[in-house]
Amino acid sequence: MRKIGIYLISFFFLIQSSLMAYSSNPKDFINELVNDALSKLSDKNLNKEEKSEFVEKLALENVDINALGLYALGVLRKSSSESEISDFQTSFEKYFLKSLTSRLTDYSSSEFTIIGEDKKSPNTTIINSKVTPKDGGPEIKIDWRVYTKNPDKPLIRDLIVEGLSMARVQKEEFASILNSNDNDIRILIIKLEDFVNN
Amino acid sequence: MQTLKIFRIAGLALIIMFFQATKLSSAEECFEKTSRAIFKFNMAFDDIILEPISKGYNKLPSPVRTGTSNFTSNIGTLLSIPNNILQGNLTQLGHSVGSFAINTTVGILGFLNPAEKIGLKPHKEDVGQTLGSYGIGTGCYFVLPILGPTTARDSLGLLADTFVDPFAHITLREKELLSSSGNVLDYYSVKATTAIDFRANNDANLESLEKNSIDLYSSYKSIYLQDRENKIKNTSSNLDDWDSLDN
Repeated sequence: MRKIGIYLISFFFLIQSSLMAYSSNPKDFINELVNDALSKLSDKNLNKEEKSEFVEKLALENVDINALGLYALGVLRKSSSESEISDFQTSFEKYFLKSLTSRLTDYSSSEFTIIGEDKKSPNTTIINSKVTPKDGGPEIKIDWRVYTKNPDKPLIRDLIVEGLSMARVQKEEFASILNSNDNDIRILIIKLEDFVNN
Repeated sequence: MQTLKIFRIAGLALIIMFFQATKLSSAEECFEKTSRAIFKFNMAFDDIILEPISKGYNKLPSPVRTGTSNFTSNIGTLLSIPNNILQGNLTQLGHSVGSFAINTTVGILGFLNPAEKIGLKPHKEDVGQTLGSYGIGTGCYFVLPILGPTTARDSLGLLADTFVDPFAHITLREKELLSSSGNVLDYYSVKATTAIDFRANNDANLESLEKNSIDLYSSYKSIYLQDRENKIKNTSSNLDDWDSLDN
């Protein structure tokens, strides 16, 4: 009986996780993920907390937050100790999830269309898309940098909005903080924690 | 005349700064402390003046906003024409001249945009972009009061724009061109409307940026420099090097 119970529970979780899984083809992956996000974010039956929880789960499973953090850290990722990097990654993840939730809700009342794809390297594909706000505002071009080293599990690494790389903005923002604080990674971690706690 | 004198003095100062600044890399600041103070002032100006006007502007009926945006954009095309020539870009010159001619006539002084419907989409070009297309580096970065982020090259370009722009010729200098004339007030009214239209279109994005930045000054700097780089290359793709992280 106990074994059957374990099998049933495992089967339930298998179904649950397959419901959250998106296609492994980068183009379909972005299309399915964004349309899923837009439909959830515009769902009036979900409250703010439920939407935030959904976005966080979506990001944790489909965004390469660790790589994004290391990229944003710039050259310091090579000179910092393992424990410093680990502390930074923990703070960066919290910071990223908090800022992503509010950023995504800005585009929730929009129509999303994939317009092309470009394989830049064996591990990187750029997916070109456009977002058309339903209120008649100007169309926004968004490119998605997708990391495909594991062909079964593509991961998002950057959003390039109208030619502006969000990862690069993040990297330059962190570089400025580090430059004015003797490249002290601890100060950056404190700033990230402050953002999360405010 | 007084305005022209100010322009000449500012131009001289900028040329001196430009030649000193071209030795610096694009990431370097001309005078960061002062720029950060001016940035603070600009943000306060935005909070008190620009943002409320932009929010009011966004409440106008959509056809009024689109018409205003088309009108200012059509006048902006005039600056692209001499820059298309200076860059030797004949395709874009065709787009700019065609778009301006059609929108000013069929498009009722530019309030409508029939040129876009027949495939004419001129890129906005200015002297800063032209200098960039000649391979001149950005020089150092700084912030101007009210006008916002700029670089040594782009500020020199901004000043030069007033000399090559046909609209500035007939308004700022009050000269007649093809039987058209205007005055200084026309020039600043169009520039102010362009700024309000831009601010209103980006209201949500700017609010989100302000809410999510831990160093807003640096975010604006990065966005400004990336945007100028894309405009010079006439591209909207931005592929920064992820080095070993991409392996």
